[in-house]
Amino acid sequence: MKPTDLFSKEWLIKRILLDTSESLSSEENEMLALLRHDIVEQPVIYIGTSSCGVVAGALKTLDAIKKYLEKHKIETRIVEVGCIGLCSAEPIVDIQLPGKPRLSFSNVMPSDVEILLGDLLHHTVPANNIIGQFRSKLHEPWSNVQFIDEHPFFKYQKRIVLINCGISDPINIEEYIAKGGYRSYLKAITSYTPEKVCQIVDKSGLRGRGGRGFYVGAKWKIAREHSSDQRYLICNCDESDPGAFMNRSVIESDPHLVIEGIAIAAYAIGATKAYIHIRKAYEKAIEQMTIALEQASKYGLTGNNILGSGVNMNIVLRSSAGAYISGEETALIRSIEGKRATPNHKPPFPTQIGLFEKPTVVNNVETLATLPAIFNMGPQWYAEHGTASSKGTKVFSISGRVKNIGLIEIPFGLSLKQVVFDIAGGTKDNKVFKALHLGGPSGFSLPENMLDTVIDFEELEKQGLSIGLGGMVVMDEDTCMVDVARFFIHFMKKESCGKCIPCREGSRRMSDIIDNITRNLSYETSFETLERFKGVMQLEEMAEIIKITSLCGLGKSAPNPILSTLKWFREEYEEHIFDRKCRAGVCQSLRKYYIDADKCTGCTACESKCPTNAIFGTPLNPYYIIEEKCIGCGICYDVCRFSAIFVK
Amino acid sequence: MFFDIEVNNKIIKARQGETILQALSRNGIKVPTLCYMEDFTPTGACRMCVVEVEGMNDLAPACSHPVEEWMKIKTHSPMVVKARKTNLELLLANHPDDCLYCVRNGNCELQKLAAELDVKERRFVGKRNKYKTDPSSPSIVHEPEKCILCGRCVRICEEVIGVSTLEFVRRGDSTSVSTANEKPLNLSNCITCGQCIMVCPASAFYEKTHLPELQESLHNPKLHTVLHYSPAISVTLAEEFGLKAGKDISGLLNAALRKIGFNRVFDTSFAADLNIMELADEFIKRLEADQNLPMFSSCCSSWVKFIEQYSPEMLHHLSACKSPQQMMGAIVKSYYAESENLKPEEIYSVSVMPCTAKKFEAQREEMTHKCITDVDAVLTTRELAKLIRLYGIDFHHNEPELPDMPMGTRSSAGKLYGASGGLTEALIRTLHYRITSKEITQFKITEARQVKGRKEFKFKIGQYELGFAIISGLVNVKDLLKDIKEGKTNLHFVEVMACPGGCINGGGQPIPADPTAVKARAKTLYEIDEKDSIKASHKNPMVLDLYQMFLKEPGSDKCKTLLHTKYTPRDVLL
Repeated sequence: MKPTDLFSKEWLIKRILLDTSESLSSEENEMLALLRHDIVEQPVIYIGTSSCGVVAGALKTLDAIKKYLEKHKIETRIVEVGCIGLCSAEPIVDIQLPGKPRLSFSNVMPSDVEILLGDLLHHTVPANNIIGQFRSKLHEPWSNVQFIDEHPFFKYQKRIVLINCGISDPINIEEYIAKGGYRSYLKAITSYTPEKVCQIVDKSGLRGRGGRGFYVGAKWKIAREHSSDQRYLICNCDESDPGAFMNRSVIESDPHLVIEGIAIAAYAIGATKAYIHIRKAYEKAIEQMTIALEQASKYGLTGNNILGSGVNMNIVLRSSAGAYISGEETALIRSIEGKRATPNHKPPFPTQIGLFEKPTVVNNVETLATLPAIFNMGPQWYAEHGTASSKGTKVFSISGRVKNIGLIEIPFGLSLKQVVFDIAGGTKDNKVFKALHLGGPSGFSLPENMLDTVIDFEELEKQGLSIGLGGMVVMDEDTCMVDVARFFIHFMKKESCGKCIPCREGSRRMSDIIDNITRNLSYETSFETLERFKGVMQLEEMAEIIKITSLCGLGKSAPNPILSTLKWFREEYEEHIFDRKCRAGVCQSLRKYYIDADKCTGCTACESKCPTNAIFGTPLNPYYIIEEKCIGCGICYDVCRFSAIFVK
Repeated sequence: MFFDIEVNNKIIKARQGETILQALSRNGIKVPTLCYMEDFTPTGACRMCVVEVEGMNDLAPACSHPVEEWMKIKTHSPMVVKARKTNLELLLANHPDDCLYCVRNGNCELQKLAAELDVKERRFVGKRNKYKTDPSSPSIVHEPEKCILCGRCVRICEEVIGVSTLEFVRRGDSTSVSTANEKPLNLSNCITCGQCIMVCPASAFYEKTHLPELQESLHNPKLHTVLHYSPAISVTLAEEFGLKAGKDISGLLNAALRKIGFNRVFDTSFAADLNIMELADEFIKRLEADQNLPMFSSCCSSWVKFIEQYSPEMLHHLSACKSPQQMMGAIVKSYYAESENLKPEEIYSVSVMPCTAKKFEAQREEMTHKCITDVDAVLTTRELAKLIRLYGIDFHHNEPELPDMPMGTRSSAGKLYGASGGLTEALIRTLHYRITSKEITQFKITEARQVKGRKEFKFKIGQYELGFAIISGLVNVKDLLKDIKEGKTNLHFVEVMACPGGCINGGGQPIPADPTAVKARAKTLYEIDEKDSIKASHKNPMVLDLYQMFLKEPGSDKCKTLLHTKYTPRDVLL
């Protein structure tokens, strides 16, 4: 039986969404299993085509697969899915044969397609590139293939928000409904009053995932208590932290989950209109969300009088021009109002006076995407995960110099060390771990001895840290911590909204000072040296003032990367300042190149390329570099064919 | 409701719902501010007003943080003072060090604050943003390098004037205040009112000065220099020379101007009387024909530019009369030139206005006659004060003198032009006489003297029940225009002044605009009106003489060529 035989929109709405008696006929159950891809009637090929997959070349792989299937005239279904989280393994291709569990393969390049499909369609599992097989109650597992939940990357994870990511078709509402989607929402609007919905969320202990960790139930309550004829809900997907991509991935891979969460939250606060604010650069996310919103409205799940319940819910998609600051809630509100995205002073909080002067709740994508599960499984179930003060799970994006790059969802209570070394697999190429940067440009760089810290809002706050959005970047010995601080403060300098003095002028001066530290003028006057030392002395003081006087959270946390690197990697600063040396060899103008006289053949290649004429010698005899003239550009290093040039 | 809070270990009374700053200043505790503007929503951008509140991790901005009962505040703790000073130093690190050469030297809030906070060295050194000065506008020079991004100009431009010419552009360290698409001011929708100059704490905006060419002309023996000053000048200038705000010093002013070397000193109030004559004539003609009503006043050149840009379809409502400045200019270069046996090009005509928009008006193409500008140079009140100082005139030891004839006699109605509503009041007085042939009994029209952005009232003259509206602060005109378009109003005459309060609070007046001084200026104007014997324009003997000898009658062909003009739609990026 094909899904189309019995399947219709009306059937799904009537039998699955509205009928809670669960008395489905075996035929209907089979239908659902088919929709869910629990059983398949022909081979199904899943390919991850979210942004990370596309960047890794998924579209080319997809082309190759299609060509192969055409050539061999094999009937299959191809399903484009989102990202399962293991971004460094993209393009990921999953194959499910009738009667067998689904198999997942990593790094499938167009050249691998022929072997992979050839083997598999003859029921042999190729040894290479395999990630694992999915667990299935209905089918006999493949022998000698590990289960995907035994893979170290997935072993520690508890997937609530990411439950469908990379597994099901993001823009297939039928599949989403077949998997139980939108039932929480209908349960909420038909069986619970808005107060009850707030209470349930309160009971679950859910805290906001936007960084501050404010209790969601409490926030909603404040907005509810403020009497008004209209309230608004805003879903904040203006994620622009370097190294954070969880919101993008969730929207690309499971937009219906987000829509359901938004609808529940809006109902709870009494809003009939909700906005989703996605940053302009997330083109794919905007595309997926637009399609998903259309589907939801076709099913009558948004709009007026939702499925006869009398509840109205309109969801509007907005995208920003891409300023970093528009992720700050008051700036976001101004941006939606059509004004320049600059933060306002709080109080009044948006929950009191927000969008168009009405009480407004701004929640992060992840917060909202958690709601369906809470209503599906109950608040107690959710509260069982995590620690005493931080309930549930948190999605982190981990990138940098680690083996497994990607998106993970773990319950609170794991240590940072477990995340870096167990889940992400530790540093690449046996390099020595140096630092973990937690929380984006306003976050902290932590040394190895801080990694025992448990991931928990309170625990981190005790150490003076915060999770931020949940971006983690791992750095190894090849990273210069001064350069890291320099990168982030330059980012803040460019992305500050420019409204308040400490953030605008302070970040500019701090980046000037750091620039001075990492720069080596060949002919530095004594005045400039003095200015450099003065700047270094001002750095910490300035950072403190910026922290306590800035207008918004962004400004207040702007000096964090500098303060944290100064605290834990002070010796690197000192080396830069006093010894004029960068131990990682990253700061270009502090690098000095030398020629190994034994290896140099005098080929003149480096001499002719040197932009400052710092290399001297006679052909066929060893050359030498004049240190004062060398600007550390490294061209000579690149052109030398005899490895005679080295850095000191 | 009042409650007690602790400030610097002392108990003070605070009111429910007010900000910390309001509570502090009511109790005489001064906290420095840069971006703060009274009666505007605080933005909390400059962070100068931060105070320490016990129990809060960060410093709270007093201007925008509401005061609460539990608060224990320290306004000048070492941490607060250090924070303020560091922030100011950070700001100064991006500010040019050329105070000596700055137009606002000695009258600069930033300079004062730096002295107050004892800034003694340039502690933070680094790259500064380089911007080009924008001299494109005929009225206003914009020097972004001096800008401290407090946003006051942006707010007044949006909330009081309602044109939003100025807005923050770009972000991060390259944030600046500019126009749409960063076009130069002359290509923008700027209506040149100059209110941005009035609120700027530094010198990012200042008027385009006409002083150098004026000085040259003063010393040119071939040129006959004529100066006339606007009704608002004589009640304002006193402040610039340390006299009581609002004191009328027209006598001293005449003496000073003659000492400087002007051949003739006239009073623009004379032209205001002339303007009323023409305006009343035009109004009656429109009323009788029931055409193009309500009639809009055209004295405020900012307003004229506004309607040319925003509502060109309503231009026919605008009065065809030139403004008093341009009427005076036209008369000087025609009637006066003839009577003195001078060619128009031998006369250098200078006006002193409380306004920057008049500089724009003077160079408009419509305001020239046979390629000769009616007014050659326009000075603001500030420039006049500068000129007087430059010529070393000791203001206080002069004998008051009268202005020159024939354009030195005015009615008090002409003087009322300086305040919002004055024009309407003067017009009603003359209209009454023209329509009923009888003098009005009650000269004072209280409805016109209210301090409000939009005033509307009915006035019965003869058989007509006339509706008048008075706008000050251009933002209020938007609703009015909408109402007129939708036919919701029953108006016959609308007076519009772009600046809040009228010309006495114009963009060319002394900085800072002190609200109490503005009130004093208005009061003096009304006092003059109270005392004066000639209270209506049609009773000004010199105006009547002028009609008899030169212009024939109001609305004659001669008047039309000299005193009337035509306005056309203006295409700018709104």
